[in-house]
Amino acid sequence: MKQYDLVIVGAGPAGMAAASAAAEQGLTVAVLDEQAAPGGQIYRAISAPALRDEGILGADYYHGRSLLAPFKAARVDYMASTTVWEITGAREVRLSVQGRARTLQARRILLATGAQERPAPFPGWQLPGVMSCGAAQIMLKTSGLTPPTPLVLAGSGPLLLLIALQLHWAGVTIAAVLDTTPKENYLEAGRHLGGALRGWKMLLKGLGYLAKLKRSGVPCLSRVGDLRAEADDSGKLTRVRFRHKGREQSLDTNSLLVHQGVVPNVQLSRAIGIDHRWDELQLCWRPATDAWGETDIEGIFIAGDGAGIGGAVAAEQAGRLAAWQVARQLGRMSPNERDRLAAPVRRALAPVLAIRPFLDVLYRPAGEFLRPADDTLVCRCEEVTAGDIRRYARLGCTGPNQTKAFSRVGMGPCQGRMCGLTVAQLIADTRQTTPAEVGYYRIRSPIKPLTLKELAGLDDADRKQP
Amino acid sequence: MSVRNHDNPGETDVAIIGGGLVGMSLAYGLLRQGKRVTVFDEGDQALRASRGNFGLVWVQGKGDTCPEYARLSRLSARLWPELAASLQQDTGIDIELRQQGGLYICLEQDALRQRAEMLARMQQQAGGDYPFEVLSAAQARAKEPALGSDIAGATWSPMDGHLNPLLLLNALHQAFAARGGRLINGRPVQRIQPRRGGGFDVQLSDTRLWANQLVLAAGLGNKALAPQLGLHAPVEPNRGQVLITERLRPFISYPTGHVRQTGEGTVQLGDSKEDVGLDTGTTAEEIGKIAARAIRMYPALEKVRLIRAWGALRVMTPDGYPIYQQSAQYPGAYVVTCHSGVTLGAVHAGPLVDWLLGKDIDISLEAFSADRFPL
Amino acid sequence: MQTDSPFNRLATATADTVTIEIDGRPFNAREGDSVAAALLAAGCIPSRTTPVSGSPRAPYCMMGVCFECLVEVDGLANVQGCMVQVAEGMKVRRQSGAREMTVGDFHEAV
Repeated sequence: MKQYDLVIVGAGPAGMAAASAAAEQGLTVAVLDEQAAPGGQIYRAISAPALRDEGILGADYYHGRSLLAPFKAARVDYMASTTVWEITGAREVRLSVQGRARTLQARRILLATGAQERPAPFPGWQLPGVMSCGAAQIMLKTSGLTPPTPLVLAGSGPLLLLIALQLHWAGVTIAAVLDTTPKENYLEAGRHLGGALRGWKMLLKGLGYLAKLKRSGVPCLSRVGDLRAEADDSGKLTRVRFRHKGREQSLDTNSLLVHQGVVPNVQLSRAIGIDHRWDELQLCWRPATDAWGETDIEGIFIAGDGAGIGGAVAAEQAGRLAAWQVARQLGRMSPNERDRLAAPVRRALAPVLAIRPFLDVLYRPAGEFLRPADDTLVCRCEEVTAGDIRRYARLGCTGPNQTKAFSRVGMGPCQGRMCGLTVAQLIADTRQTTPAEVGYYRIRSPIKPLTLKELAGLDDADRKQP
Repeated sequence: MSVRNHDNPGETDVAIIGGGLVGMSLAYGLLRQGKRVTVFDEGDQALRASRGNFGLVWVQGKGDTCPEYARLSRLSARLWPELAASLQQDTGIDIELRQQGGLYICLEQDALRQRAEMLARMQQQAGGDYPFEVLSAAQARAKEPALGSDIAGATWSPMDGHLNPLLLLNALHQAFAARGGRLINGRPVQRIQPRRGGGFDVQLSDTRLWANQLVLAAGLGNKALAPQLGLHAPVEPNRGQVLITERLRPFISYPTGHVRQTGEGTVQLGDSKEDVGLDTGTTAEEIGKIAARAIRMYPALEKVRLIRAWGALRVMTPDGYPIYQQSAQYPGAYVVTCHSGVTLGAVHAGPLVDWLLGKDIDISLEAFSADRFPL
Repeated sequence: MQTDSPFNRLATATADTVTIEIDGRPFNAREGDSVAAALLAAGCIPSRTTPVSGSPRAPYCMMGVCFECLVEVDGLANVQGCMVQVAEGMKVRRQSGAREMTVGDFHEAV
């Protein structure tokens, strides 16, 4: 069985930075990533961006090149199109590439699997024609494709504004940007202004986006509520309904992009059994880590948005910190050397982290997306509605696992990625408690659906080696 | 705090500790006989054999060394249609009971021969009333075209079948609620205190309830609770890993001991027998073995994907047979435990409830006393 | 399959065409497209119907989380289209409901 000092799962900013830093210290490193090329999602396709016009995506995207170059030059075993489906407490890493499953052994593991968009259900979100904002951005980066027009965007958060601008600069006709950020958030966020001001550079950038969007001529409506997507007989999206300034309105469109922030992708960290804590500001669970990213499972680290939302720049710094701590633990670096390298990184991280509470509170999703109406599909895979979940909570289900057994919620191929947060919130509401009390699904490997043949043939290829 | 218990707990006829298939089957039977029933159940993270249950309503091969158990399984299979109909009438839920027979696939000739001999013995023990057939590979494949050629054969019995265990648990809970049963859940029972003059106090962190009779149906939890009632429940966990595939259109007609296609179209694969304590996790090694065996039996499963896997903890007595016993020291307290909560569900809802209520029953339960185990 | 795609292709850095088959008909995708992106570019919306109720769906997240982009690729069913890049000659088929197991499957793997 192949052994490595450090196995990194994910080749986004945290993974690439960690790999480069670890290789520099002489560690043997493997980087396993599901995509065909490095970059994760934020720097997706950075090694071969599709768009000729670099003005569309903006400088922040192309910053990824500064991570790519050292990553490509580093002495690491980079395995693309590789799915990690299990990690054990003994630090075995099980992966699948080209239809074959095998095991690697690691002395240390770094999970850098990043974030996912918060699944934010509303009536009709499952209709063909509705996509996440992130999906549209990915299509721009990998393929230079833009969504059909007239395009409507709806949601809340910095990414919504950024993507609206990027698509506008790409020449897409945007019928409206519907901002669902609740009025109350602005007041609440003001309490965290101190932190925001410490991150003034980012604050300015965000305000800049807002200003550009206003100047762009794209119709922007704020404090939009009661969002609904409707279909015609074909079953595809034809209309978006919403409430604005007390009036019911609608827009005819086949193309709606939605966004309600990002949350850590906890599938792998949960399956390993890492301790997770509910974050009341970010309204999600995050794995518990120390200052270097190490979890309560010895030798397993998490860096980047997978540990808690901090953004791309924070992710690459966290990757470096984890790599240096691993190097120290494996005797390649003295504690003093580690701290010397870490100090400027922590200083650079401070403003990035300081602004988070402000952003988290400002862009907290409106209630209708956290606790959707009864007729809303919450589990898209098994087609279970919010009303169904509330009913089972009333019947006596005290948590998501019982609710799963009764309603099939969370039993589909996505293994709860799209419904887990909402289910916890709905049960909490119905039983008059909190998501922290209610808990999450019990997640088990394999965290991605492999074929039975692959599972039966685990490590066969290695065994045949002389 | 559970939503369901804002009213003050008071008297109840029967308190049942455990809201799984065993407890809820008993509860349902008691409610049908007009008793007041309160079920105590733990929280979302509790160990629950019922959620891991394979769903077989299985007779063939059970009770090889215990004729009473063979008879009990047979009886329960016969009683199942009535229970299923009753639950459907109460809740509208169809628990997908199908009793069209089952196959036990043998991969090697030796295993097939041994199994055939065992079933022949059991047939003799049952006075001939034990239908089964021994099928060659070709005969098995004629019956079940999805089977592969790399098998030795199978034993078939019309006595066998399956149902949807999650729908069953769901239906039992809904029927329980509909018939006025009370569920107190979300936290464990701390202590059970027999009352002088009869009856039992069930103590939780924030509640106490006085019940006339008390049934321990708490699976692995019975071990710790039983001594409080002068009972003995030497149960240990035994893990069986279970795999579930993506949904497929129906292509496997008969349930087997290791593979069955559910009403949703998913294919359920089992199983292992591991002594790992209370670990409900899965291992790549066992998953690989289960997958390999399933592919050998049904080659078409090769390209089918695994969606979920889990470890189900069987509640195992030392000989694998149930414990049904009333406390001699505290009459009115009972322990009920088995590892076949689905198959025996109909017996639990029927004759066993008669036994709890002191009525005459046709079956003998003496063989299931825990006195058969050394203390 | 629609011939006029609602998705628009902007000027790209390279223009390497990759010809794949979607539901038996040829389509010119671009190198670097995921199968899901190619389906959208080809106007193949909905890209599947669900096993539970036969409802129409299309890719939602494009990053492997939502499992809406499930599609048959070169004979293997339920592949996440957004996780696979197009390759010359690839045969993509949209799925309708739960996967069918045919007699051919039964004896395929002897």
